[in-house]
Amino acid sequence: MGRGMGRFLLRRAVNYVILVFIAASFTYFLASSYLEPIVNFLSKHPQPPLSSIHNILRSRNLDPNTPLVQRYWTWITNILFHGNFGQTFDGNSVNSEMGRRIFVSTELLLVATLVSTVSGVAWGAWNALRQYRPSDRISTVVSYLLLATPTPVIAISLETVDQWMGVPVQYTGMYDPGAQGTWSVITSNMQHLILPTITLFLIQATLFSRYQRGTMLDVLGSDFLRTARAKGLTRRQAVLKHGLRTAVIPVMPLLVYNIVLLFTGATFTEKIFGWHGMGEWLVDSITQNDVNAVGAIAVFTAVLVLIAGLLSDLVYAALDPRVRS
Amino acid sequence: MTQLVPDVPADVLPEEKQKKTRTLSRGALVRRRFRRNRLAMVGVGILAVLLVGAYVLPYFLKFSYTDNDWNALGTAPDATHWFGTNHPGVDMLALTMRGLQKSLVIGLIGGPLTTLIAALVGASAGYFGGWIDRILMWVLELMLVVPSFLLLALIAPRLAGGTWLYFVVLLSAFGWMITARVVRSMTQTLKDREYVLAARYMGVNPLVIIFRHILPNVASILIVDATIQVGAVVLSESGLSYFGFGIQAPDISLGTLIADGQPDATTSPWMFFFPAGFLVLMGLCVAFIGDGLRDAFDPTAAGAKAVVKSIKRAKGPIAGSPAQDVVSNTARAEEGLAS
Amino acid sequence: MTTPASSLLASDAVLAVRDLRVSFPSEAGLVQAVRGIDFSLRRGETLALVGESGSGKSVTATSVLGLLPEGAQVSGSVRLEGRELLHLSDGEMSKIRGKEMGMVFQDPLSALTPVFSIGTQLVEALQVHQDLNDKAARARALELLDLVGIPDPKRRIDAFPHEFSGGMRQRAVIAMAIANDPKVIIADEPTTALDVTIQAQVLEVLKKAQEVTGAAILMITHDLGVVAGMADRVQVMYAGRPVESGLADDVFYTPHMPYTIGLLSAVPRMDEGGEKKALTPLEGNPPSMVSLPQGCPFAARCPIAVDVCREVEPELKASADGLLSACHRSTEIGDSVPREEMFPTPDVPAHDRSPRESRPAVLKVDGLIKHFPLMKGSVFKRRVGTVRAVDGLDFDIREGETFALVGESGCGKTTTLLQILELPKAQAGSVVVLGKETKSLNGKGRRELRRDMQVVFQDPMASLDSRMPIGDILAEPMKTHGWSKDRIAARVPELLSLVGLLPEHAERYPTEFSGGQRQRIGIARALALDPKLIVLDEPVSALDVSIQAGVINLLDELKVKLGLSYLFVAHDLSVIRHIADRVAVMYLGRIVELGDADSVFGQPSHPYTQALLSAVPLPDPRKERERRRILLTGDLPSPADVPSGCRFRTRCPKIGGLSAADAERCHTEDPAVQALGADHTAACHYAAALEVV
Repeated sequence: MGRGMGRFLLRRAVNYVILVFIAASFTYFLASSYLEPIVNFLSKHPQPPLSSIHNILRSRNLDPNTPLVQRYWTWITNILFHGNFGQTFDGNSVNSEMGRRIFVSTELLLVATLVSTVSGVAWGAWNALRQYRPSDRISTVVSYLLLATPTPVIAISLETVDQWMGVPVQYTGMYDPGAQGTWSVITSNMQHLILPTITLFLIQATLFSRYQRGTMLDVLGSDFLRTARAKGLTRRQAVLKHGLRTAVIPVMPLLVYNIVLLFTGATFTEKIFGWHGMGEWLVDSITQNDVNAVGAIAVFTAVLVLIAGLLSDLVYAALDPRVRS
Repeated sequence: MTQLVPDVPADVLPEEKQKKTRTLSRGALVRRRFRRNRLAMVGVGILAVLLVGAYVLPYFLKFSYTDNDWNALGTAPDATHWFGTNHPGVDMLALTMRGLQKSLVIGLIGGPLTTLIAALVGASAGYFGGWIDRILMWVLELMLVVPSFLLLALIAPRLAGGTWLYFVVLLSAFGWMITARVVRSMTQTLKDREYVLAARYMGVNPLVIIFRHILPNVASILIVDATIQVGAVVLSESGLSYFGFGIQAPDISLGTLIADGQPDATTSPWMFFFPAGFLVLMGLCVAFIGDGLRDAFDPTAAGAKAVVKSIKRAKGPIAGSPAQDVVSNTARAEEGLAS
Repeated sequence: MTTPASSLLASDAVLAVRDLRVSFPSEAGLVQAVRGIDFSLRRGETLALVGESGSGKSVTATSVLGLLPEGAQVSGSVRLEGRELLHLSDGEMSKIRGKEMGMVFQDPLSALTPVFSIGTQLVEALQVHQDLNDKAARARALELLDLVGIPDPKRRIDAFPHEFSGGMRQRAVIAMAIANDPKVIIADEPTTALDVTIQAQVLEVLKKAQEVTGAAILMITHDLGVVAGMADRVQVMYAGRPVESGLADDVFYTPHMPYTIGLLSAVPRMDEGGEKKALTPLEGNPPSMVSLPQGCPFAARCPIAVDVCREVEPELKASADGLLSACHRSTEIGDSVPREEMFPTPDVPAHDRSPRESRPAVLKVDGLIKHFPLMKGSVFKRRVGTVRAVDGLDFDIREGETFALVGESGCGKTTTLLQILELPKAQAGSVVVLGKETKSLNGKGRRELRRDMQVVFQDPMASLDSRMPIGDILAEPMKTHGWSKDRIAARVPELLSLVGLLPEHAERYPTEFSGGQRQRIGIARALALDPKLIVLDEPVSALDVSIQAGVINLLDELKVKLGLSYLFVAHDLSVIRHIADRVAVMYLGRIVELGDADSVFGQPSHPYTQALLSAVPLPDPRKERERRRILLTGDLPSPADVPSGCRFRTRCPKIGGLSAADAERCHTEDPAVQALGADHTAACHYAAALEVV
């Protein structure tokens, strides 16, 4: 059995590597043929001489005069053999830029994720118990409203409300550039977290609560809840102990999947609130014709999808004895 | 036997009553249940008003979305410009209606198209199994791994010269995977249903079986999904357009309007919140309709994601690979809801 | 036990139900599920509520426990030792449920919370009502598991429900129900989902639990055999009301209500072989519970109904000594109105067949094998072994005969059938249909063969596409085989009348028909192309007894009329006894005994066949009391892990009585098939006939 398992995991891993490879290569080819980093230099004032532009581009493996296949080869071998994702269009290391941005995204997502998971699950379960009562109906309408609202609209509405109230909460950037000293930078940073966190919370918690409500409703009619009540548990005890525990199983892998993917998914929030995380980079790399960055993000996203899938499978197995055996 | 509320099938009614119930075919029953859902009816009503408004209202407006009113540059709503004007002096109402047209059309084409792709892929993979299934599922997995946002953002601006229809096709091409998985697992259970087996042992052609027995029996799921996809496609469109990667000038959609109005949202809210409001309203209507349809098709389905549930119901909690399906559900979220 | 009916309503009852009425709002209107039921249950007594689906018996049980869904409207009175329960709050009821009253549900597969271990759930049942610490509760849980016959409870207590078989789960549920020594155990179809041998085990456990706790049992079931073996008193339900109530013997032997009489005569009896006789069907369907007709709800189906029956609903009143019946003519029944022949028994045309050897074989199966890979895990799927679902099968079917494959779930009978229907190309062994070897067939030949071999499935709901009108459903096979439109149009009404339906039914949809009618449509579809062989997969097991008889008669009639041969797969031995000419008993992918029906049922020679037959309950209380059951131990081994030597040896009741040397042979040597009679073989080293029915 151990060997079978090992073989299974190995096969799966190989498949994943192939998938990531294809996805990243395809994106790289597309980005290299569509994006024109040279424009970034041609639009500089004063415009540098063309020959030195090409020299710079060549040193960063971005020169359109080098055949695309050759550029691709350089790019892919650097990644495979040196773990080096190359340079951004302005000469910085993609690796260190990515590291910085992953850190920023993590900071932004941590609180939002924790709060939305707990409150989403609780909210959904509560709604399910009160199905078709006014509170559930209102919740349903509110959650549909939130789910139908594009993220930028939520974010900008929050900003607008903040403005009307006389800016009690600062929100542009990650902290006030005028802040002096470690402590005030940290408090400023905390303050700047508030609005993006609320934005993410509204979307995530709503989504999670809908999942939870659905699975909970499925469980409420189940035979085993009836058995639990026949044993002498009150409806409430039965629902909390037997129902919620079972209903949370299909939801948790979903949450894990969502949360992991948020690393590149918080695009709007990061962009609008000026947080320099992975999501923002996703957009900026394209608008800045940053081919190597696009390639790195493609690899990152593909790996993320696979990690998310694997992780949610593991969570599923951990929660459900039926899957484990 | 343990059925708590005994079913009352039509057959237990005496003959003369049976005639009456006969007129209540499944279709009629679904319609009746749907009409009883107030929110869904409100959704239908508002959506109809939006459609009529978007296409008829512009003929009655003083200003077209291409006119600049040089006497009113960036003015707030007033009697002449109900929704105000933007900086170049274009009437926001005319612009919003124009954007609404495009967004509606994109949603109404893109949603069903996405579902169609999903249905074809899912049903073939599920019915044929074997290597066809393996290939299709591998492609599906690849599509999930591919950074769709990046690719869309790279390709969409290059479609500027052509028609926006390409863009819709592109959106659908990146949005079918989750539904396809659902259809696949439903097909896998339907495949072993006795009436499908009966057809197979009669010697009926597999393609005929798919179109005669499989797809009609997942139709309810497909209809609901197509409705939900309308909302998802509109959201994706507006999101991409927001960054300039979506609908390209001279076309206008609610997404491009939101992007244009965003810098002034706090100072001139009308430039942002009118198109944003219509976008939300449209999404809300679609969601209500989808919910109503779901309840109408399956009155016992209670939950948020009935599409998800239907597989579980069909397959039981452990059969098949739940985690796979679970993962697939999730993706739906991130699909429309990159936050 | 011979108390007169009047004193049954005495107040010494543990549980007394008076005029209980339950209704639910529904799409079609108010469903009156229970319309006034009275019964009393005394200590140590077993009362059976019997009825067909929709008669309101399950709702009665659920309302006694206060577990009805929210929308239900309940009135009347339910008293437990004099205390009114009906209007108690959930909190107050929860102190009674599980303590004073335990419940056993129908479907053991879904009755346990999947994420908690059996032990946890059992301990919970104890600790809700008793002040026990974890250690004491666990010790008591172990005792209980031992009591209900779960082998090696110390190890099994920490297992999860999905690791238990259906029978084991039902034992665990019974353990929970008796955990706090309840006064009443309510068992709602406790064995319906189980195989007969497991059913016999579980019923024994229930009896034992009753002995240990002295509890009264309220048994809800549709199975008259189970009732005959278990119940002291019986209450027959029809359309939400009791129609007959009394001591089991009285209800079974001298019923005074036509419905009871019809029900009893419609049941095929395993103990009546020999002379082929048609079953007595109970025509018609129960009335809708939304709009009940005026008068007696059974009037429309009653052969002795008179005018008053259609106007006034009869009350339940004493009809004979100790028997209460709800019939206007109850006093005449058994007197001026005889019970026999009350329901007309149709004539089935006699079979005039040449001897078996001279008839050609329509199906010949030789060494058929079907193995599946055994996959484990749903997240990390991997192959861990081989399921030997069908493991070397030989039999043949001659023209004009009904060949039945019998066995418990997991024995491979359905796999066999699907394998044959598949007309497989690559396989071990050979399948010869109508003289054609399926392996060597080309596409055209296969299509032609499909025309001659048709199938009828178990579930009449699932076997008809609900979106197609009956006409199209019947036309599908003909269309597929290239019939012209005119020819199809002429054939459809012909088919409908052949199975006893009306030609105008062609325009209707499957949902407009009852289960029995749908099964007739399924049969009509199978007949469309004039096949030679029809494969029937549990064709009547989804139907109520009263409906079942009509379908069985139809099958019998068609066989003679059209010269058909049947391959009949079923688990209900009584049905098989009635319909089959030859029988094969399957165990773990093999046939263990095969022969003509009279030999196999009359002189069963394989210990498995003997156990199987003895486990089938007979709808005859006296016989049930006299019978001695051969109880098998344990569950069916997994077909992925077939025992060495004789595959039945792990459960064989005979092996214990053998000498060590003789038993050794069972461990090492796979028994060969040996002939016992002209048409009777068994695969046992020590086959010997034994009368068990």
